[in-house]
Amino acid sequence: MAIEHSKVELTRADFASDQMVKWCPGCGDHSILASVLNVFPKIGYKKENFCVVSGIGCSSRFPYYVNTYGFHSIHGRAAAIATGVKIANPHLSVWINSGDGDATAIGGNHFIHVIRRNMDVNYILFNNRIYGLTKGQYSPTTKQGQITKTSPFGVIDYPFNPGELVIGARGTFFARAIDNQPQQLQEVCMHMASHDGAAVVEVLQNCVIFNDGAHKEVTDKEVRDDRQLWLKHGKPMIFGKNKDKGIVLRGTRLEVVTIGENGITEKDILVHDETTENTGIHMMLAQMRPPHFPMAFGVIRAYKQPTYNQLFEKQMEEAKVNAKIKCVDDLLNSGETWEVK
Amino acid sequence: MTAKDVIKREDVVIKFVGDSGDGMQLTGTLFSDTSALDGNDIATFPDYPAEIRAPHNTVAGVSGFQVHIGKKIYSSGDKADVLVAMNPASLKANLKWAKKGGVIIVDADTFDEEAIEKAGYTSNPLDDDTLSSYKVIRAPITSFTIETVKDIFTDRKSALKCRNMFALGMIFYIFGKTLDHTDAYLEKKFAKKPEVVQANKSVVRAGYNFCENTGVMESQMLVQQAQMPKGKYRNITGNIATAWGLLAAAEKAGLPLFLGSYPITPATDILVELAKHKSLGARVFQAEDEIAGICSAIGASFAGAMACTSTSGPGLSLKSEAIGLAVMTELPLVIVDVQRGGPSTGLPTKTEQADLVQALFGRNGEAPCIVLAASSSANCFNWAFEAGRLALETMTPVILLTDGYLGNGSQLFRIPKMADLPKINPPFAKPNDPDYAPYNRDPETFVRQWALPGMDGLRHRIGGLEKLSGKGSVSTDSANHQQMVEYRKKKVEKVADRIPEQTIEGDKDADLLVVGWGGTEGALRCAVQELQAEGKSVAFTQFNYIMPLPKNTGDILRRHKKIVVCELNMGQFVNYLRMNFEGLSFRQYNKVQGLPFEVSELKEVFNKILGE
Repeated sequence: MAIEHSKVELTRADFASDQMVKWCPGCGDHSILASVLNVFPKIGYKKENFCVVSGIGCSSRFPYYVNTYGFHSIHGRAAAIATGVKIANPHLSVWINSGDGDATAIGGNHFIHVIRRNMDVNYILFNNRIYGLTKGQYSPTTKQGQITKTSPFGVIDYPFNPGELVIGARGTFFARAIDNQPQQLQEVCMHMASHDGAAVVEVLQNCVIFNDGAHKEVTDKEVRDDRQLWLKHGKPMIFGKNKDKGIVLRGTRLEVVTIGENGITEKDILVHDETTENTGIHMMLAQMRPPHFPMAFGVIRAYKQPTYNQLFEKQMEEAKVNAKIKCVDDLLNSGETWEVK
Repeated sequence: MTAKDVIKREDVVIKFVGDSGDGMQLTGTLFSDTSALDGNDIATFPDYPAEIRAPHNTVAGVSGFQVHIGKKIYSSGDKADVLVAMNPASLKANLKWAKKGGVIIVDADTFDEEAIEKAGYTSNPLDDDTLSSYKVIRAPITSFTIETVKDIFTDRKSALKCRNMFALGMIFYIFGKTLDHTDAYLEKKFAKKPEVVQANKSVVRAGYNFCENTGVMESQMLVQQAQMPKGKYRNITGNIATAWGLLAAAEKAGLPLFLGSYPITPATDILVELAKHKSLGARVFQAEDEIAGICSAIGASFAGAMACTSTSGPGLSLKSEAIGLAVMTELPLVIVDVQRGGPSTGLPTKTEQADLVQALFGRNGEAPCIVLAASSSANCFNWAFEAGRLALETMTPVILLTDGYLGNGSQLFRIPKMADLPKINPPFAKPNDPDYAPYNRDPETFVRQWALPGMDGLRHRIGGLEKLSGKGSVSTDSANHQQMVEYRKKKVEKVADRIPEQTIEGDKDADLLVVGWGGTEGALRCAVQELQAEGKSVAFTQFNYIMPLPKNTGDILRRHKKIVVCELNMGQFVNYLRMNFEGLSFRQYNKVQGLPFEVSELKEVFNKILGE
């Protein structure tokens, strides 16, 4: 759906809100906000055409901090509300902010269905693996064994991996980024904005108060080069401090190899194709995690498929062609009627 | 022998019952449509099991369709003057609905030992004294049907599908109706299967001729034609009328209609109907659950559609939190609740009025909504329109209560002209208005303005957190919260200025005032009119505006020595009146059987009260 562009060049200031940002000092949400404020003017749409919808949780305060049309709704329901916004007015750029609890616990049903339908919305999932606003209970993404307020003996739940959920729900776009690596986060958001359909980016976000170091096994400076694989479409999957590690496909599995060892050259390394319909490699990439694998970041999947909204508008247009019922008077008088004189 | 006499009747109730799958709904519909075209007033009510195909020949699998035709019809009627039972189980399940002395037509061929036992009879009811108080017509429906179509269908299964047409033909003869409408229906419906058309037409005639030739009825019955106001008419069910009323409101407001909904008995037909009307701009979204149904509607409302969601009791429970969000964000929204028997899953296919308290108060916090109730299948159109008008003009969620009886039942509907319906004017904000703030209010009505995403110069945020009056930023200030709670309450109370006064039928100071609300109107009015005709001092008032109540409600109630409030629940409306009108004494009559009131039971109740 065509969204009207701004006639003037916009800047970050056009989206700055007059509200005091009330997240904790050091919270990863600050840098996600900063990234979004940089991305919105670059996307180029008229500033009134952005609509930001959220549920409940720390991250869901987001709409108050961007000067757009915004809706801070109820727990878990942002995807459903955003769906209504987009169907009612397909000429809006609709953004959802949600946390791991909001999206994958109470809002799990709406999360998978907005993805399944390929609704044309952009979904930023702030994953800090904890309930922050209620002060530190485990969420569906908390690691097994972790001690939290509601798991004093350690979490026994098996966690969700949001990437698996998105791809499993027929997602056409999934990306992963990190709160304190804004350059890549902004690139991912730009890519997401240009994708037609449900686009989800999972942002690994730190909660300094209740889950500090939530993702330290991949985000710590000492390990990150060896544990972050930043994917680029059409480029080999190479990572590591010395850019000498890579991913190859052996049989039906991915494997980490070192270039220069055992006769491996750069040509053996798997080249990333984000556009394939087949989800096999994308799913395996989403599942990779330390210690045996790096974690995959950037755009893992960006498959083109007609959106719900394109199909919806097509039906609306087609229904009007040759329609016998063009107004409610026609409807009222359709079918069997008779006159009493 | 042919029928010699014609008996004239003001009205008559006919009930068709059989195994689900026997085609009773179609048979009933063809008869009621024929009667309507013939000039009778009509009301119908389908009575079907929750199971789609329960075990064959069991009481659980009985499906029925009741038709009430006559001069002036307010309800689908009490007991049947003519009961058509296609098998022993349907007779067993429905005998209590046959009027003593009335006619029972049975397919005698189906009363074999196995079916009789399966129905729960210990002996053949056609041979013992089970039916001694009725005039029984033992028609060989199955065998005559097979014989009639033997040249068309050689297989029994195809032949048996025409059985319902035999029964229909019999009824057409008894009531002196023509077969034209049925012929036309069959020709259209089975245009590609001429043998089916021919078979069904032959069977209708076989049934008709059977009655005429055998003289099983001593007389035909002629039911009086209706004296209806001039105009164009159609038959309509409450659920279709609701869907059309919503479309009409959207058109009058110049907005696209959005429906977010999840299938639920008995409300599904609203979703099904609106899904057809893309050519009218209806944006219909079948959601993943009830919550997504209403939440998508709230999102659509924020984006500027006339937004609706439709459901039944359990769904309304699931939507409660989101209704609170709509109250808080002050967005227009219509929530249609087609009530069914509760609590929990309850009686999905049966009617009840027990969601009233939930509609009024079933939310956390002080969360007033406008609550309306339709009171006939046909006026579901008007009340759906009114729900849309009030929601859009007052930026407030409106809960419209109908029920399974209204929703599935049908009635004659005088077709309105869109030009005659009032224009709907939502309070849109003006683009680039420098004074716009999301919670600025009209000083008279307390209604806020509607600024739609995409409009220039009006960017703002709304949400479920309490907002600062005027500016709309998040506020936890205690005095502000009290003020906002009061604004939301007063805004709903002020709706009383936009609605007509309550009217009363009968003497303003009659000894007894009969009070009802919503779907019970037909039976209550009928009972009161019959008592009035007997010279009793009874008046009647039916409420459609529930929250707020019409301004003159107290004045009406205070004039009567006795008031009885009748409802299909344990007394929800009467307690609401007690809460609002302290000092008045209310009697109550309640029924929770999943069934509508019967005129006869109401008359008995009212006579008893008058005699006290």
